[in-house]
Amino acid sequence: MIRTPLRPLARILKARDRGEDTHAIEAENLRLRHEAMRDTARLRAEGRLLVLGAMFAIAFGTIGMRMGALAGAAPEEPVATVKGNPIIGQRADITDRNGRILATNLETHSLYAHPQDMVDPVYAAGELVKIFPELKEEKLLADFTGDRKFLWIRRQISPEQMQAVHDIGSTGLLFGPREMRLYPNGAIASHILGGASYGREGVASAEVIGVAGVEREFDERLRDPAREGEPLSLSIDLTVQAAAEEVLAGGMSIMNAKGAASVLMDLHTGEIISMVSLPDFDPNNRPQVLTTGDQSDSPLFNRAVQGVYELGSVFKIFAVAQAMELGLIGQDTMIDTKGPLQWGRFKIRDFHDYGAQLSTMDVVVKSSNIGTARIAMQIGAERQQEFLKSLGFMEATPVELSEAPSGAPLLPHNWSEISTMTISYGHGLSSSPLHLAAGYASLLNGGTRIEPTLIRRSTPQNGPRVVSEEISKQARDMLRQVVVRGTASFGEVAGYEVGGKTGTADKPKERGGGYYDDKVIATFASVFPANDPKYVLIVTFDEPSENSGEKPRRTAGWTAVPVAAEMIRRTAPLLGLRPQVDSSEAIGVTLTSN
Amino acid sequence: MRTVLYLMAALAVMGLAFWSYQENYKTRDALGEVRSLHAQIGTNHERLRMLRAEWAYLNRPDRLSDLAEINFDRLGLLPLMPDAFGRIDQIIYPLPDILPIIVPIEVNSAPVPRGEDAL
Repeated sequence: MIRTPLRPLARILKARDRGEDTHAIEAENLRLRHEAMRDTARLRAEGRLLVLGAMFAIAFGTIGMRMGALAGAAPEEPVATVKGNPIIGQRADITDRNGRILATNLETHSLYAHPQDMVDPVYAAGELVKIFPELKEEKLLADFTGDRKFLWIRRQISPEQMQAVHDIGSTGLLFGPREMRLYPNGAIASHILGGASYGREGVASAEVIGVAGVEREFDERLRDPAREGEPLSLSIDLTVQAAAEEVLAGGMSIMNAKGAASVLMDLHTGEIISMVSLPDFDPNNRPQVLTTGDQSDSPLFNRAVQGVYELGSVFKIFAVAQAMELGLIGQDTMIDTKGPLQWGRFKIRDFHDYGAQLSTMDVVVKSSNIGTARIAMQIGAERQQEFLKSLGFMEATPVELSEAPSGAPLLPHNWSEISTMTISYGHGLSSSPLHLAAGYASLLNGGTRIEPTLIRRSTPQNGPRVVSEEISKQARDMLRQVVVRGTASFGEVAGYEVGGKTGTADKPKERGGGYYDDKVIATFASVFPANDPKYVLIVTFDEPSENSGEKPRRTAGWTAVPVAAEMIRRTAPLLGLRPQVDSSEAIGVTLTSN
Repeated sequence: MRTVLYLMAALAVMGLAFWSYQENYKTRDALGEVRSLHAQIGTNHERLRMLRAEWAYLNRPDRLSDLAEINFDRLGLLPLMPDAFGRIDQIIYPLPDILPIIVPIEVNSAPVPRGEDAL
């Protein structure tokens, strides 16, 4: 770079010659130099600013572009950081207490149509009708050629049907994945499981929702993705349930009954091992709810939970146990049973005349209404209500079924003395067989309150005390005597020490005005083994009539008891209960080889 | 000296670029594998569920009791009844194995001559 001197010699000399001030030249040159320096500096600064600005613009531009791209793009799961199993999003299975499947899902397909994509709607409609005979060809054709853009053809199709539809080769017939709820055991435990159907439906998937039973009660729990499809384990034992249904169905047809129900409950844990209501249904193909008539005639009606009936003499043990607990009577106290017992315009009679008096034990064993009514009069209405409340007879059972609240007991509006007397032998208060099972379990397990449950548990309930252990034991002894020498003699099952109480109650007329003469509810409430109680079994028949004799027999001793005994014979070994055999001789042991 | 530094830096950048390029593609591969494994797990799950459902369906109590009835001649299966339980003293001890025969067995019914050993 050529640096211009501040005092160029040529100009200085010329200026001196002319007598001018040479400092002016220097100042002028200095000014020019400074100006040049300033220009360069500005240029450089401007360049830097430009670069800086460009950098900022690029940086913000990048961020802006990225934000725009993120906002505009479809959301995407971060594939690299998936925790757990992303696959299990289905409704959880329901299993029995041993893990056998009661309800599961099956992957099927739905079939829908886009008529506008069809090339040959006439052919497609014709072929579809061949595969699904229940479809109407004219209607299909009208739909295919009309201006509909979308229609469902079938909600569920089997793989074979899917292949057949594939083979039609129509471009307008499309499949969507569809989950189906499957109950592999058919009608077994149908009332407990309830059923499922579709909620919101889309082409890509459909919501499976529970419509009744545990499916509805635990709908949220079964659909909760956080549980990753952990199965819901019920207290039901599939094998026992199947055996109980078989025995009860056989009994129902022999006894010509309209309906039947049974409840088998573990009396320490409150677990319902089996609960049957007949007639039943197939939850895979749930029947329609009745729109007219009596709901209790529908197979959907759960007699064990929703069916509230006057259960009759099975209630006597409650009155007797309470009176003993209160110290009013002992097992051997003599009770006046002279009949009929007159109260106002009511007369209480016994089935047979049992003479002037019976011991407390015999009042239960022979099932004397008069004796029980007299005991109830000593207890009084208030204490009776309190006691029945402590056993759970005053409200619907807390069992985990969506139908449970509809099984609320029917109580007298005015709990007068006559109500107290009739309720003591099971009339005037309607409750479900499940109430009875819970009541018996509470009374006989040593005297602590049991609430029935359908969920598997392993520990006893240890509820509040209802009666003392001693009274509980005495109640079991009395029930045992009913089977040994009383009304339930058919209930004896060798080795299982069955104890129980029969109850035969006339059915009230639907329109009021008294009771039927020839329609009864026959109930047997039993406990086994009576010396070391483990299970409570309730068997109820609706309108049974055993016609093998000269005239039809309807009492529980002839109808419910033999069926209950058979049920114990079948289910007790399945529950792992060994028969208690005292002698060493082989009582009925089947020897497989000699 | 400076030239060497520049050269080293340039080589380092190229090396890093090459490495990150490779890592990028390895990651993509791994992700792809994870995706396909998930899909495989999904289909296996579905298959497992299907098999479980089929197992439950084939073992439904109605069918088993029907089968037991059909095959009664061969299997002789009966519902479990209380008499299936026995007591331990009703079962005999296993019989000892028969001892090996060392001496030959007399198969002649003729009387043994006097004075000789019976065996």
